[in-house]
Amino acid sequence: MDYTTVAEFAQTWGLVYMFAIFIGVLIYAFRPSAQKKFDRAAQIPLKED
Amino acid sequence: MIVPLVVGALLGLYLSAGSVDTTIYLHGLLLTAFCVVFIFRVIKSDGETGGPADPNSSINYNDAVVRAGVIATTFWGVVGFLVGLVIALQLAFPVLNLDLPWTSFGRLRPLHTSAVIFAFGGNALLMTSFHVVQRTCQARLAGGWAPWFVFWGYQLVILMAATGYVFGVTQGKEYAEPEWYVDLWLTIVWVVYLLVFLGTLWNRKEPHIYVANWFYLAFIVTIAMLHIVNNLALPVSWFGAKSYPVFAGVQDALTQWWYGHNAVGFFLTAGFLGIMYYYIPKQANRPVYSYRLSIVHFWSLIFLYIWAGPHHLHYTALPDWAQTLGMTFSVMLWMPSWGGMINGLMTLSGAWDKLRTDPILRMMAISVAFYGMSTFEGPLMSIKAVNSLSHYTDWTIGHVHSGALGWVGMVSFGAIYFLAPKMFNRERLYSLRLVSAHFWLATLGIALYAAAMWVSGILQGLMWRSYDALGFLEYSFAETVDAMHPFYVIRVVGGGLYVLGALIMAWNVYRTAKGDVRTEKPYVDALAQPAGA
Repeated sequence: MDYTTVAEFAQTWGLVYMFAIFIGVLIYAFRPSAQKKFDRAAQIPLKED
Repeated sequence: MIVPLVVGALLGLYLSAGSVDTTIYLHGLLLTAFCVVFIFRVIKSDGETGGPADPNSSINYNDAVVRAGVIATTFWGVVGFLVGLVIALQLAFPVLNLDLPWTSFGRLRPLHTSAVIFAFGGNALLMTSFHVVQRTCQARLAGGWAPWFVFWGYQLVILMAATGYVFGVTQGKEYAEPEWYVDLWLTIVWVVYLLVFLGTLWNRKEPHIYVANWFYLAFIVTIAMLHIVNNLALPVSWFGAKSYPVFAGVQDALTQWWYGHNAVGFFLTAGFLGIMYYYIPKQANRPVYSYRLSIVHFWSLIFLYIWAGPHHLHYTALPDWAQTLGMTFSVMLWMPSWGGMINGLMTLSGAWDKLRTDPILRMMAISVAFYGMSTFEGPLMSIKAVNSLSHYTDWTIGHVHSGALGWVGMVSFGAIYFLAPKMFNRERLYSLRLVSAHFWLATLGIALYAAAMWVSGILQGLMWRSYDALGFLEYSFAETVDAMHPFYVIRVVGGGLYVLGALIMAWNVYRTAKGDVRTEKPYVDALAQPAGA
C-alpha cells in the first residue's frame, strides 16, 4: 500500500463517506414525521427548574 | 467507595516513600491526603450525598455538587485571569519575571492556560453538565458518591498540574503539560465522569435526549480519546515525574495538534455549546430557534472538527497534503459554526427587547456573537496564505482570546449568574446592575485586547517578512520585540478590565450565596410593564 493508493482511497471514498453521513443527518433531521418529536424536544428545558 | 480510596491512599504513600524527586514526594503525599480526607467525609456524611437546592423539588436532584461547581468555577476564573494579567505584565515589563525560576514567564504561561481552560472552563463544564443532565432527564445524578469523586478528583488534577508547572515539571506539550502520573489520575476521574453522565442518561424519565446532552457527551468521549492518545508516554522511573512520549518528530507534532485543536473543538466548543443550548432557551424562556438545525449543527461539527488539527503545522515537515486537508476541513467548519451561532442568536427572535432589561441574557447573547466572530477568524487564519503571515505572531493570541474571553468566558459567566441564585436557593441574584457593570468591563476589555493583538500581530508578521533592496532582512528580532511594547501595554489594560469584571462577579456570587439583595433601580419598573406581564 503506497502513498498514491492511500491518497486515492481517501480522496474518493473519504468524500463519499462524509457526504453519505451528511445526507443521512439531513434526512434524520428534516423528515416530516419527526416534526412533532423535535417540537416536543425543544420544550424540554422549559419544563421546570 | 472506601476500598479504592484506601488503595489510593496507600499508593500515594508508596510513591512518596520511593520517590526519586521532590515533586513525586509531594504529589504522593497530596494523593494520600486527598484519599484520607475523602474517606472521612464519606464516613461522616453517612450516605448523604447531596440533595436538591429547592426543598420542594419533586425529584431528589443532586444540586450540592452543582453548587460546589459554582464556587469552584468562580474561584478558578479569578485565579486564571489574574495569572494571565501577571504574564501580560511580564511581557510588557520583563523585570516582573523577578529573575526567579518559579515566577518566570515560561512556567507561569502554562499555569495561566491550564487555569483558564481546564480549571475555570473545566469546572464550568462539570457544573453545567451535572445541572443540565439532571434537569433535562428529570433524574438524579447517577452513582451516589461518584459525582463528588469527579468534582474533587478534578480539583486534585488542577492542584498537581499547577504546582508541577511552578516547580518546572512539564511534558512540554501545549495544553497537555502535566506529567504521566497526573494524566493517569485524570483518566480515572474522566472515566468516572463518563459513567456518571451515561448513568444519568440511562435513568432518564424524559424519552428524548435533549441536544445539550449530546454536545456534553461528545465533549466527554472525545476528550477521553484525545487525552489518552496524546499522553502515551514512558516514565523514566515509576517513582519520578519525568517521562518521554512514545511518538517522535512530526508524528508527535501531528498527534499533539490533533489533540490541541480538538481540545479547542470539543472542550472549548462542543462542551460550551451544551451550555448555549440549555441556558439561552432557559434565560430567554423560549425554545431553541430550530431543533432540527441543532441536530445538523451537532453532527456536522463533530465530523468536521476532528480533521482540522494539521492547520497548526502549515509549512512544517508535515506532508503538504495533510496541511491542505487540515485547511480544507477548517474552512468547511465555517458552516456548522455559523449555523450554531444563528441558532443561538435567533432563539432570541421575538424577544430582542429582553436584551435591554436582562443583563444575564445580554451576556449570553454577546458570547454567541463572539463565537461567530472567532469561528470566522479561525478558518480564515487556517488558510495557508493567511497563515504564512499570522502564524507565530500575536494575531494567534488575539484570536484565541476573542474565543476564550468572549465565547467561553461570557457564556460561563451567564451560566454562573443563572445558577447562583437557584443553587443557593435564593429569591434572586444579589445585583443585576453589577452584572451589567461586569458585562461592559469584560466587553471593553476584550475589545482592547483583541484590537491590540491584531495590530501587533500583523505588524510583527510584516516586519518578519520584509526584506531590503539587497535581499537582507530589514529588521532584527529585537526590533520587532521593541515595536510590540505599546500593544502589550494596551493588552494589560484590556486584561485588567476583564479581571475587574470577574472580581465583581465573585462579589456578586458571594453576596447572593449569603442571601443578600442589593437595593438598586430595577431594570423594568412596575409602571413600564405592559398589563398582565
